[in-house]
Amino acid sequence: MSFLTSLVNGLSLGSIYAIIALGYTMVYGIAKMLNFAHGDFIMVGGYIIFTCVSTAGLPPAAGILLAIVLCTLLGIGTEKVAYKPLRHAKSNLAVLITAIGVSYLLENLALLIFGADTKSFTNVVTWPGITLFGGQLRIQGVTIVTILVSLAILIVLQLFINHTKNGQAMLAVAQDQGAATLMGIDVNKTISLTFAIGSGLAAIAGALLCSAYPSLTPYTGAMPGIKAFVAAVLGGIGSIPGAMIGGLVLGIVEILSKTYISSQLSDAIVFGILVVVLLVKPTGLLGKVTQEKV
Amino acid sequence: MALLEVKNLSVYYGVIQALKGISFHVDKGEIVALIGANGAGKTTTLHTISGLLRPKTGEILYHDKDITKVPGAQIVRLGMAQVPEGRRVFADLTVEQNLRLGAFTRKDPDRTAATLENIYKRFPRLKERVRQPAGTLSGGEQQMLAMGRALMSEPDIILMDEPSMGLSPILVNEVFDIIKAVHEDGTTVLLVEQNARKALSIADRAYVLETGTITMEGKASDLLNDESIRKAYLGE
Repeated sequence: MSFLTSLVNGLSLGSIYAIIALGYTMVYGIAKMLNFAHGDFIMVGGYIIFTCVSTAGLPPAAGILLAIVLCTLLGIGTEKVAYKPLRHAKSNLAVLITAIGVSYLLENLALLIFGADTKSFTNVVTWPGITLFGGQLRIQGVTIVTILVSLAILIVLQLFINHTKNGQAMLAVAQDQGAATLMGIDVNKTISLTFAIGSGLAAIAGALLCSAYPSLTPYTGAMPGIKAFVAAVLGGIGSIPGAMIGGLVLGIVEILSKTYISSQLSDAIVFGILVVVLLVKPTGLLGKVTQEKV
Repeated sequence: MALLEVKNLSVYYGVIQALKGISFHVDKGEIVALIGANGAGKTTTLHTISGLLRPKTGEILYHDKDITKVPGAQIVRLGMAQVPEGRRVFADLTVEQNLRLGAFTRKDPDRTAATLENIYKRFPRLKERVRQPAGTLSGGEQQMLAMGRALMSEPDIILMDEPSMGLSPILVNEVFDIIKAVHEDGTTVLLVEQNARKALSIADRAYVLETGTITMEGKASDLLNDESIRKAYLGE
């Protein structure tokens, strides 16, 4: 049964990676940039919930809601202030380096406000767990909720993108900003919307991650952020189903390696996968070969 | 009365001047052709009118209103659509999704549905391929899709950039027949073409653009018989 337990835990961790990877992949697909500060929004979400629930004594639902709203606003604000002025910069590196700068800024602001000590996060998911196979397989409530929430996010996101005007505008901007403008689509607004959705999702990931692994530091978001980036590349960066599959594969591989191979080596194995994928299929599992048309 | 008037338009790419103070106008109900060689500034002219590029000097008047500084995304709301060079259909989206994006700025879903039906009547080949990704269409079909997409906004004026580019002679004729039909339905047309003979054969008036300057203008039928035009652009 330990295999099944690991598999379920892997699915749960993978679901969190998937939610984060969705933000990475959408921003990359539409704004054509890698937002390396994305992982830190998880940490920001975590601290907002921690402050609301543990310090101010608000109900968890209120804390989560506030975290989503504030992270969304922070995402829109960061794009406007730090990234948008560099959108037409001569080198793509300018915005990439700025994103790394934003990452350090957020981490150090958290250090300044909350200190370096690890905060013990109160689990905000209070669902009971279930026990299967006569007590051999126990699944925690937070595990079930995490899997269900990520599934719901994927479905809602697909419906939004394929069946609403704003969703279609996002796809149009992802493919050809000039042609999208000719259709009357405001490219700036569409990019703002993408950052809003990505950052809101990061806040949700923060709530789930800190509930499953209840220790919060200013660097909580960094590693999951990088792993979600690997997941997005694995699935094919720019592809929404790809991010989902990449996240799940990565989570399962990480937990299974921890169980069966070595917990020290698990991160090496996860990043090894990135190297192998880039060698064998540089576009990722669901990525497309893009051809420059003359 | 001029529906669209361009006055003394200058556009730069960095330090390179692409348009050197050009002026021209398009009256309501006309087909006006802008002909010239590769690199003359034809596409730059259309991109500047559509708000994708900003001019250094000059004015663009539409319905007598200055639209020089209107953001690109607002232009289509004023009743001006463009069929861009190289079609630029959204390759991963289906034919119908592409067409619906053409009606992005329109609010009334019933009217959009009615327009969509009209487009399918005009382009029956698109109707057969509604669920197909636009990237899998042939060049001719993609050109039809790009035209249909622009017509979805029911524009007063349509700007067409090299609609015949890369098409077989039969398809070129088909495309020009469609331009004539669109014009007969009351849409004003500004047509940019390298295929000068074809463009002059359907246009009312034409302008010749050479390296950023308008060197000739006149009735299309006169230009078609002009000695220098015949030599430079009609290969005679």
